[in-house]
Amino acid sequence: MSAAPVKSESAATGPAEPAAKPRRAGLFRTAWGFGRTKVGVVLTAAIVLIALFGPYISPHTDTALVAEPYVTSADGSPFGTDYLGRDVFSRFLYGGQILLLLAASAALFGTLAGTVLGIVAGYRRGWLDELIMRTNDILLAFPQLIAALLIMSIIGPQAWLIVVIIGVTHMPRVARVIREATLRIVEQDFVKSAEAIGVPRWKIMVREILPNVTSPLLVELGLRLTYSIGIVAVLGFLGMGLQPPDADWGLMINENRLAITVQPWAVALPVAAVAVLTIGANLITDGLSRASIGIDRGVEK
Amino acid sequence: MIRLIINRLFFGLVTLFAVSLIVFLATQALPGDAASAILGRDATPERLTALREQLNLGDPVAVQYGKWLLAALTLDFGTSFASGYPVAEYLAPRLSNSLWLMAFAAIIGTPLALALGSFSAMRRDRGVDHATSMVTLVLASLPEFVVGIVLILIFSTGWLSLFPPIFAGGSGAVWQYPGQLVLPVLTLVIAVSPPIIRMMRASMIEVLESEYVQQARLKGLPEKTVIRRHAAPNAIGPVAQVIALQLAWLAGGVVAIEYLFRFPGIGLALMDAIDARDIPLIQAVVLLIAGVYIVVNLLADIVGLAANPKVRVSAK
Repeated sequence: MSAAPVKSESAATGPAEPAAKPRRAGLFRTAWGFGRTKVGVVLTAAIVLIALFGPYISPHTDTALVAEPYVTSADGSPFGTDYLGRDVFSRFLYGGQILLLLAASAALFGTLAGTVLGIVAGYRRGWLDELIMRTNDILLAFPQLIAALLIMSIIGPQAWLIVVIIGVTHMPRVARVIREATLRIVEQDFVKSAEAIGVPRWKIMVREILPNVTSPLLVELGLRLTYSIGIVAVLGFLGMGLQPPDADWGLMINENRLAITVQPWAVALPVAAVAVLTIGANLITDGLSRASIGIDRGVEK
Repeated sequence: MIRLIINRLFFGLVTLFAVSLIVFLATQALPGDAASAILGRDATPERLTALREQLNLGDPVAVQYGKWLLAALTLDFGTSFASGYPVAEYLAPRLSNSLWLMAFAAIIGTPLALALGSFSAMRRDRGVDHATSMVTLVLASLPEFVVGIVLILIFSTGWLSLFPPIFAGGSGAVWQYPGQLVLPVLTLVIAVSPPIIRMMRASMIEVLESEYVQQARLKGLPEKTVIRRHAAPNAIGPVAQVIALQLAWLAGGVVAIEYLFRFPGIGLALMDAIDARDIPLIQAVVLLIAGVYIVVNLLADIVGLAANPKVRVSAK
């Protein structure tokens, strides 16, 4: 039963595609017209490439001890060693993969769940709407980082848990936006006419409403991705993300920050990667949001 | 409007109650024996017995929650496992430290952001405006601890050893060590300001194009007076909600910053409590932060309602 809507969603793209696709391609084309979007794509692509292919070009493995701890440079280690004497550059090349994977999964999961809730709440209205939105209000009462810390401190830091918690904290924020968008769509005639000829409600939600909320949906996805990267990195930095001896940018910052004045590279490299990645993702999101609504997006952090 | 506000207040209370329930369930009513789950590897028979007693584990869950909530209402969060002090006594000085930090950030950041936003709006589409827009967009995307580390890299390492990279403090109140406060406060200011700057710019542009500002200019008022007396006060209204939201964000955002600078506030207390699995302390800090977050958000809501003339007039 739960699989049915998903299946028909892919089936539904058949007839819905001619209407939806030009609009989506248009959004990307308009967004691409802004210089900042191009800069964002270049920055993001650079970091993603480093994260994906870094392990294959890395001079050492991520756990090999190559020299004394906290050397600023050594033979074969252009950026020196970390607090255990491992090569900083190699750990930097290894450290992005899991962060990207976790952030992307969390953003996708949160946006997907939030979209479903938002469309259902906005279309069905009534008690279901009330229930969903009031539950959302309660979830919104926790700052995202605090919610993650609370759960992680009890269950313990685990990769899947990071994805679930960040996803769940994204969910109400996405649902709010999508519900607003849905409320505007529901008023329109094509929804009313579909109702009049007796199209089932789930089909209206999937075929009529979903294709019409893709613009805010994509903007939300970009925004959630930016925040996910930040939160995954912060969790690693606080020692609540991936655990040693994994190579992870957030964890690297945590491990080496005490010697920041002695061996700044061990902190500067991962910080630069996280910074460039979030800036890139946010520039793309800004381009998308300008293309879709023509104004500045909201300010929620 | 009064009815709307009462409505919001009521939902705020309900939310606070639900939050306390979630915090309690997440930390105490774990499946199986909470005491051994909490202590994990550190479980010794004595610690287990002590913890079971402190958590009222003999009672049904609902009774446990009731006892805990009633105690929490009188600010009695139990005794910290790690330090042995009552939680309230342990947290009070740290809370005031955090509030000082946030107050400094808010007092410096808000006027600065408002001024920058207006300045940018008055030079719309010129170089300064584009630069501000780009810089705020970049700063808004950075996680706050990244901002802090970059500041440390610039100001505390190498040849520019201006400020210490950590807050060492001393016996006095935190504001007695301004040199050590500079970096943490600056980090928070940079983390909080960008959305306020952007919103103020947008709002100011709208106001500057309005007819009453045109009218003020046409009747020959000097531009300074036009901005100060007519434009700025009207532009700030819509921004107030954004300011409140950003201040609410501070409540949670302060955790990573305090951890980075070893600043002795509630955020650092939370991280230390997590390290020591100090459950009563974790519960108290999370409730505290969520409470502040809810209250400030509520204020933002009310400010938003008050700033909306439609609501204000229709529901007199």
